[in-house]
Amino acid sequence: MGEHCAIVGIGQTKHDTLRIDVSVPGLIREAVTKAFEDAGVSWGDIDAVVLGKAPDMFEGTMMPELFLADALGAVGKPMLRVHTAGSVGGSTALVAASLIQAGIHKRVLTVAYEKQSESNAMWALTVRIPFQQAIVAGAGGYFAPLIRAYMARTKAPEDTGIRVALKDRLNALKNPTSHLTFPDVTYDMVRDSPMLWDPIRYLETCPSSDGACAMVLAAEDAAKQSPNPPAWVHGTAMRSEPTMFPGRDQVNPQAGRDCAAELYKKAGIQNPRKELDCAEIYVPFSWFEPMWMENLGFAPEGEGWKMTQEGATAIDGDLPVNASGGVLSSNPIGASGMIRFAESALQVRGRAGEHQVPGAKKALGHAYGGGSQFFAMWIVGSEQP
Amino acid sequence: MSESTKPVTAIKAPVHLEFSYTAGRASTRFLHGMAEGKILGQRCPECGKVYVPPRGSCTICAVPTEAEVEVTGKGTVTTFCIVRIPSDSLSIDPPFTCAHILLDGADLPFFALIQECPFDEVRMGMRVEAVWVPKEELGPTFESIKYFRPIDEPDAAFESYKEHL
Amino acid sequence: MRDVAIVSFAQAKNVRRELDANEVEMVMPVVREAVEQSGIPRREIDFTCSGSCDYLAGQPFSFVSALDAVGAWPPISESHVEMDGAWALYEAWVKIQIGDIDSALIYAFGKASMGDLPDVLTLQLDPYYMAPLSPDSVSLAALQARAYLETSGHSERDLAVIAARSRKDAKTNPAAQLTGDFDPERLLGDPYLVSPLRKHDCPPISDGAAAIVLAAGDLARKVSKRPAWIRGIDHRIEAHGLGNRDLAKSLSTAEAGRRAGVGDGNVDVAELHAPFTHQELILRDALGLANDVRVNPSGGPLAGNPMMVAGLARFGEAARLLMDGQASRAVAHATSGPCLQQNMVAVLEGE
Repeated sequence: MGEHCAIVGIGQTKHDTLRIDVSVPGLIREAVTKAFEDAGVSWGDIDAVVLGKAPDMFEGTMMPELFLADALGAVGKPMLRVHTAGSVGGSTALVAASLIQAGIHKRVLTVAYEKQSESNAMWALTVRIPFQQAIVAGAGGYFAPLIRAYMARTKAPEDTGIRVALKDRLNALKNPTSHLTFPDVTYDMVRDSPMLWDPIRYLETCPSSDGACAMVLAAEDAAKQSPNPPAWVHGTAMRSEPTMFPGRDQVNPQAGRDCAAELYKKAGIQNPRKELDCAEIYVPFSWFEPMWMENLGFAPEGEGWKMTQEGATAIDGDLPVNASGGVLSSNPIGASGMIRFAESALQVRGRAGEHQVPGAKKALGHAYGGGSQFFAMWIVGSEQP
Repeated sequence: MSESTKPVTAIKAPVHLEFSYTAGRASTRFLHGMAEGKILGQRCPECGKVYVPPRGSCTICAVPTEAEVEVTGKGTVTTFCIVRIPSDSLSIDPPFTCAHILLDGADLPFFALIQECPFDEVRMGMRVEAVWVPKEELGPTFESIKYFRPIDEPDAAFESYKEHL
Repeated sequence: MRDVAIVSFAQAKNVRRELDANEVEMVMPVVREAVEQSGIPRREIDFTCSGSCDYLAGQPFSFVSALDAVGAWPPISESHVEMDGAWALYEAWVKIQIGDIDSALIYAFGKASMGDLPDVLTLQLDPYYMAPLSPDSVSLAALQARAYLETSGHSERDLAVIAARSRKDAKTNPAAQLTGDFDPERLLGDPYLVSPLRKHDCPPISDGAAAIVLAAGDLARKVSKRPAWIRGIDHRIEAHGLGNRDLAKSLSTAEAGRRAGVGDGNVDVAELHAPFTHQELILRDALGLANDVRVNPSGGPLAGNPMMVAGLARFGEAARLLMDGQASRAVAHATSGPCLQQNMVAVLEGE
């Protein structure tokens, strides 16, 4: 495990479709400033900066850590930029944590962002590459067949996805950083929203947001100097598997299962459903919640949908999932993974405000990317492990 | 405020870059096959699995794959979805169906469009075949296959494709 | 700090344009060779980390397909930086320091031939103030060269000597792209590309790939007769704006070198990631290397400069000299960004 790693400061921007009120440095500093306030530190207290974001084409700047060095107070410091597709926000946090755990630095600033309004993200995601098959149906078109396969395997009730979306959208109303908020959202409203890629409806789909998330990580001694209660890293894990190979299970990927298994082992968790108080997991389309419940071992295979149907994952359920409103409510692609990690830490620090899960002491942060092939996870707690 | 004192909040800075792409050896074989109306794959010398399209290596065994295999254009739908929003890359109107198709003889499904079938009749296990562009339009591109359409064969048994789901 | 060593290194031949193989096909044999050489079975390598760049490849998520080349089944613990592979090596080194893992595979690839490299690199610049002016990488390097020549007392002839030496040394490097005997005087007769730089002062455009395996402590000793131990490693970044730093001095290299412990002992050889001739001199100054230190016996980036790979290759080349017993203490350096904005320095020692 190495040295203890604490999360002492967390900051997020108000996520939105277009943050044209700020430049990229402005967007990032909005999140960083909040994290610094929370941590009671300033630029000079940071030893290293770890930046994460998804493809550079989304903003039109190659290797943006170079031009952001100044804005991120990184001049004279080590700086890294992580890119692991959709899971990047999570893997970035893990790289930052490793710098503390290895005893190399005392305080590390980690930031993830996406400002899709600077470029044309839709173009970047579907650009026609010669010699490759055209992506005709977008991300939803890629994942919808997998969801259909899950429904066939498990015979889950058809409205399971609707229930997830309703829950996350109600939770979003309690989170001031949320991009999408539907104050009048109801089950019927979700059910009646336009079908995009059958079986995924409009209100069951994530938005495309501009936003940033920042965290200040600290070694034990440095953590003592921060005014607000820290969260402590109990375990971390990453796993990847190839996109396509014979017999690949994309619905319940082995990489996700292996990642969770290693994570629980490191964090000393035998029964995740019982021992974790809440989870922030990467659900870009509603049905991923029951799928990940199984992949993460919260529910037996084939029964993840029961947790949703029974209300177990609601904010007042026995394992609240995405009390923040999740990726369905805010999705700055490069940052979404870090937001999950940050929200899990907010929960165990007791600082999640209106969307706080009462008494949360141990929480899971989860991010995935690519064709359900990259996984990054951590478990954080209110006490040192 | 006059024009010169209004804050500048955005600039447009167009970028134009040209790239030359290399298909790679495995893709080159596959695409030449497309130009001849053939679907080519490669078999792994260790596990024997057939990759269509071929990638030059077996992902599981981490060894190069060279043995070439031709498969027919017939296959089974393993899963699918109905797309109801327009696509920039296609000129067909929604709703349309995209599916994972496991070609006979291949060991992993590939993504394709289904046409000539009412979209609410597409189902898992449905048997389909490739519909090619006219002979004179064949070329080294995936688009030599226009789409897949249902054929008059009984649905494949769930057992035969369930491990690909 | 745990003792971590480089126990193997493999690279593809640097070529001007690889038309036959795509990135995955380039990476695969290199990774296989590095893993075989390491003596550690693929399934027992604990962590994999790579470096590559989407804008170089002209497509987003370009690193994903490379997973096919590296045996990611059963699933592996794996990460990626959108930077030169040297930074992937750093990430892996840090992870090994935590104590949970003992080995790592690092690989990097890049096909700079695909696009117009100087244009692509323009996108690295501040998108609001610099990129729209489209200054290409050679012009920016020329700015730096001018600043350096005018303050250091060095001449264009000194630069031509570096170019000639690099290509001559590259004759012994089977992976090098530009090799041969050149007369510095003849080279000086060529026209400027962008004054004061001539073509020979600039790196070639190269496609390439490289891989390295790291192992800790006893594992390294078990699999290698002469592991190349990483005694110190550090990296620093400078201000982005060219006017905000002294282009003639590489302060981040000096700082990283100090922290890596360059000055703590005698340096036999240095593999410096200096894509432009004048940058070799700037880096020598920053690292305080004595005149008798051999620099870039591999030919260095002037003989072959695959983007995202050349920095990692410097680590590999330095390590190889130690593993072959041809040196006992070496410095490896990698750079990123315009005009040496970000730099990594490591001190390697043979057993």
